[in-house]
Parts: sequence; structure tokens; C-alpha cells
Amino acid sequence: MSGLALQNVVKEFGSFTAVNNVELTVPHGTFVCMLGPSGCGKTTLLRMIAGLDLPTGGAIHLDGEDITRVPTHKRNLGMVFQSLALFPHLTVGENIAYPLRIRNAPKEDQKRRVEELLSMIHLSGYADRPVSKLSGGQRQRVAIARALAISPKLFLLDEPLSALDAKLREAMQVELRQLQQKLGITTIVVTHDQREAMTMADTVVVMNGGEIRQAASPIEIYRRPADSFVADFIGQTNLIEAEADSVGHVSVLGQPVPGLALLPGAAKATLSIRPEDVHLTAPGAGAISGTVTFVRDLGGTIETFVDVAGRQIVAVSTPRERPDVTVGQQVGVALTPDVCVVLRK
Amino acid sequence: MRREPPQTIGDYAPLLFPAAMLTIFFVVPFGTMIAVSFFQRQQGGFYTPAFVYDNYARFLSAFFGGVLGFSLMMAIAVAICCIVLALPFTYMLTRMARNVQVVWLVALLSVLSLSEVIIGFAWSTLFSRTAGITNILVALGLMGEAKALTPSFAAVLTGMVYQAFPYTVLVLFPALVRLDPTLTEAARTLGASPLKAFFTVVVPALRNTIVATLIMVFIFALGSYLLPQLLGRPQHWTLSVLITDQAIYQSNMPFAAAMAVFLVLVTLGLVALTVIAGRKGEAA
Repeated sequence: MSGLALQNVVKEFGSFTAVNNVELTVPHGTFVCMLGPSGCGKTTLLRMIAGLDLPTGGAIHLDGEDITRVPTHKRNLGMVFQSLALFPHLTVGENIAYPLRIRNAPKEDQKRRVEELLSMIHLSGYADRPVSKLSGGQRQRVAIARALAISPKLFLLDEPLSALDAKLREAMQVELRQLQQKLGITTIVVTHDQREAMTMADTVVVMNGGEIRQAASPIEIYRRPADSFVADFIGQTNLIEAEADSVGHVSVLGQPVPGLALLPGAAKATLSIRPEDVHLTAPGAGAISGTVTFVRDLGGTIETFVDVAGRQIVAVSTPRERPDVTVGQQVGVALTPDVCVVLRK
Repeated sequence: MRREPPQTIGDYAPLLFPAAMLTIFFVVPFGTMIAVSFFQRQQGGFYTPAFVYDNYARFLSAFFGGVLGFSLMMAIAVAICCIVLALPFTYMLTRMARNVQVVWLVALLSVLSLSEVIIGFAWSTLFSRTAGITNILVALGLMGEAKALTPSFAAVLTGMVYQAFPYTVLVLFPALVRLDPTLTEAARTLGASPLKAFFTVVVPALRNTIVATLIMVFIFALGSYLLPQLLGRPQHWTLSVLITDQAIYQSNMPFAAAMAVFLVLVTLGLVALTVIAGRKGEAA
């Protein structure tokens, strides 16, 4: 099979399990973002794929070949580190040529490839500059070019954009995604920024506590989160308890929601309802009633905080569809079955 | 915090004490030595103020030139041996667990607390025929019969490297600790074996530190005069030994002073050359 496959990968540091039984298949040419809070094991997993750490259990296959024990330098990778790790004693060109020089590529080939890569990252003519004279975004590009110099089988990036300011980061996200699509290279990015993951990835892998909680396309993760951790970690959400009676009629905060079904046999479940799916109406008329406690008008969007029997529900709307609400006003929260995602516990 | 240049004479007060100490214990004696080096020697161990070049002229002979050359060669050999041994050692040490590092550093510091005399006699015993390490080799069947390894050039070199090694490690240690460990990891992901990564990334990135350490060990080794006498033959004696010999046993202060001044000048010249070469290398 072409691509990367992780089979029951485990990493223990003493009694601490950093990565627990991870199963993941990454088809050739896919862009995967590993997303999770700090300490969730995503960087450890990436380091094991790179061979910088050895797994304590399980196996890693690349293009059908078991690479679990293959030393890093024989894996033909490209990796971008969080610190970028550009070699301070080499110029921009020498940095990019390093993987070629180490493989004893002919001088002319090295030169040609460096020119090619420099023009790809829009830094033609920078070959002879010392890396210390570059800006943050330029250093970032040089690190990416160096990692891609040998056209690696796997392109790994560990929080590559975290050192850049917000504007530059967003621009680099788009650039990185376009570059990856052009080259068709299997790419794995570790990040804790969910916007970054949503922007770039074909597949988002959400991790927590050393385990994969969900691996799916960004929109699937957003629309159909598997559990409350994923729902809460990706974007903003309202987590609300729902109850089913003996015949399966579901009610949310005392208000029946016809057409909504929980998992078979379950009497209780947690629902995830995205703020943009919460519609505020006039009180009564089949809606849950509550009191507006705060209105945050951000210009582009308006967030309305509604208190329903002690629970806070957030609704997001655009000014165009804005229900004219003020703090203290009684409103109705209308829920339809299609906006409620039943989470597995 | 912004540092302001000193405004009044009073602002220089904190400098007074170290400046006075340097003047009294370094500048004045060094000046005296330069002066004495031009004095006229009197038979019987005295000298009279004069301004003659005799002492320097006598130094420019094949014998003293040879000794100077040997001293410089010996110091360079010690410096290179120390770096070659200490750099990989320190590199691995910085990657060990904290408590392992502490044990090693304490052991190295305890070597520093040994006097040169003890080190000299310890090595002369270890290299002796009767109680030396060759006896172990004989017991292991690797050698026919025990033999003395001292006096010899190798013995002098070993003793001096042993003495300078802890300094070398202690000077290299902070630079290697500060070296970003992801640099080596990056080199490995880019296709360099750990050994290649060490030589293509760690060594060049530490170039300036290595040059500075070489100079330090070189000067340290140049001043050694006890170990060459304890572990070497007279032809392994350094210029420092001859200076002591002239000053104390031959009672020829002006000549000893002239040799010392010459040694300082040659040393400064070599250090300057190294620094200039280092700058050039950086610009290229």
C-alpha cells in the first residue's frame, strides 16, 4: 500500500504513556494535520514517524515497507522543526543544498536544485545571504525549501508557523497548502491551531491524552464531531444534555425536539450544537425560553449569550439576520433535529 | 536597561581596585621583566642597568630556537589532542541525564584540584616499569614483559593532556549546552548519519568556540614546566624549563627575562594569526 500506516503505535516514557495505541492510515499525497492541546502526544507521534524517537510498541509502515527501526537518515524525509533549525554557519543556499551535499549530489545539480527551490519560495537571489539576515517568514520558507530539496517521501512539519505573526501565518498556511497540492507530497503537520488545520488539511487528526479521538475531513470533524472533546476543541460549540423517555421521544432542557433520536438504548446523551445553528425566536411556540445575558457585537458577527435554566447557550448570527435582542430580554431558542449532533460518550 | 557611559571621575571608582591589582601584580612586574631583559649581566649572578641586546642575540641560536620550536609544537599538540578528545566527550556529556553530568563534572573538577606535582608523579609511577600499566598488559598476556614508558615524549604529552583536559571540557560545556539540539536532529532528518551530523553541523557551528578553546589550551600548555621535567628527557624540556633554569640555577636574570619576553611575543603573534585567520574564514 502506498502511503503511511501506523499500527498500534505506543510510546511510553517511564510510566507515562505519551502515545497510546495509535492506528492511522495516510494515503499517498494527503495532507494530514495532527491537532490537539499541548501534551497530547502529537509531537511525539511525529518524532516517531521521523525516527527521532523509537516507539515502545507497534509498527510504522511507509509505502508497504516496515520503517519502525530504520534510522532517521535513511528514511528520505523532509522535516521542518518548530525552531526551524536552520544551520547558522551556512548561507541560505548552503542550507537548502545540505541534504543534497550529504548525499554527494554533483555540484551542478545542487546549484540547479537550489535555484529551483529558491524561485519556488520566491527568494531567488538570496542564495548567498546568511540565514541570520532573513526575516521570520523568509527563514520559514528556507526551512521548507531545505526539507523539500530531495523531494522526500514524507514531508513533516512540527508547529511550523507558530513563530510567525497572525497575518503572515494565515498567508503561509495558504501558500503551504498550495505548494503541497502542486507537489502531491504526503504531508503531516502538527499544530495546536484549529484554524490552521481547517485551512490546510485533507484529514484532521484530533488527539488528546495520547489517543486519536477522531480522524476525518475538516468539515466532517466540524459538522459531525465524534465526542464532546472534539466538539469543544474544534470551534465553538454548545454542549447540552438531552434525555429520551421510554418511547424514545427526546427532550432538551425540558423542551421536546420531535424527530431527534439518541443512540439506541441510551436514555441520556450530550448534544453539540454550533452557535451559528442556534436560532433565536420569540418566546413560546415550541422553543426553549431563556433570558439574554450578554450581547457581543463584533461587527461581522453577533454573539448572543442566553441563559436557559442556568445553562448558557451561545448563538451566533450575522447583522443581516440579527434578531433585535437586548440584554434582559426573554427569547426562544429553536432547535431542529438537523443541527443537534449526538455525541458518543 | 540602558547603560550610560561614566559621567564623572567618581563613576570609575569600581574599576579602581581591579586596576590597582593589575598594575601592582601584573603591569609592574612585567615592565620590570622587560627592563631586566635589556640589562647587562655581571658574573656571579648580578646585573647592572644598561641597554644591550646581548640577551636577545644569544637567544637567536639554533639551540634556543629549537627549544622554542619544540615548546610551541608541544603546546599545539596538547591543544589539538585536548580538543579532539574533549569535543566528542563534552557533546555526549551534554546529552546525558542531569545527574550523570553532575558526576562527570565533579570528577573533572577534582582533577583540577590536583597539583601539577601530584599529576606528574602519579603518571611517572603509572608509566614506570616496576609498578606501571604495562604490568597489567603483561598480566593480560598482551605484552611480553613490563617496560618503562617514561621518560618519553608520549609520556609528557599524556601528562599535559590529562592536566588540560578538564579545562577544555569546562570551556566547551556551556557552548555545547546552548547548541540547539534540533540542529543535529534536523541534519539527521535531512539524511546525515549521527557521525556526519556531528562533523557537518556541530563542529562548524561551534567553530569560534573551538578556536578560542585551542588558544586557551595552547597558552596553558606553553606555561607548563614541571611535567616535561618529571616525564620527559632533557630534549623534551620546554622553554619554560630553560627560563627557570637560567633564572634560578644559572642566575642569569637578564637572559631568562629576554626568553620570557620573546615567548610572550611569539605567543601573542600566534594568537593574533589565529584570530585573523578565523575572521577571514568567517568572511569567506
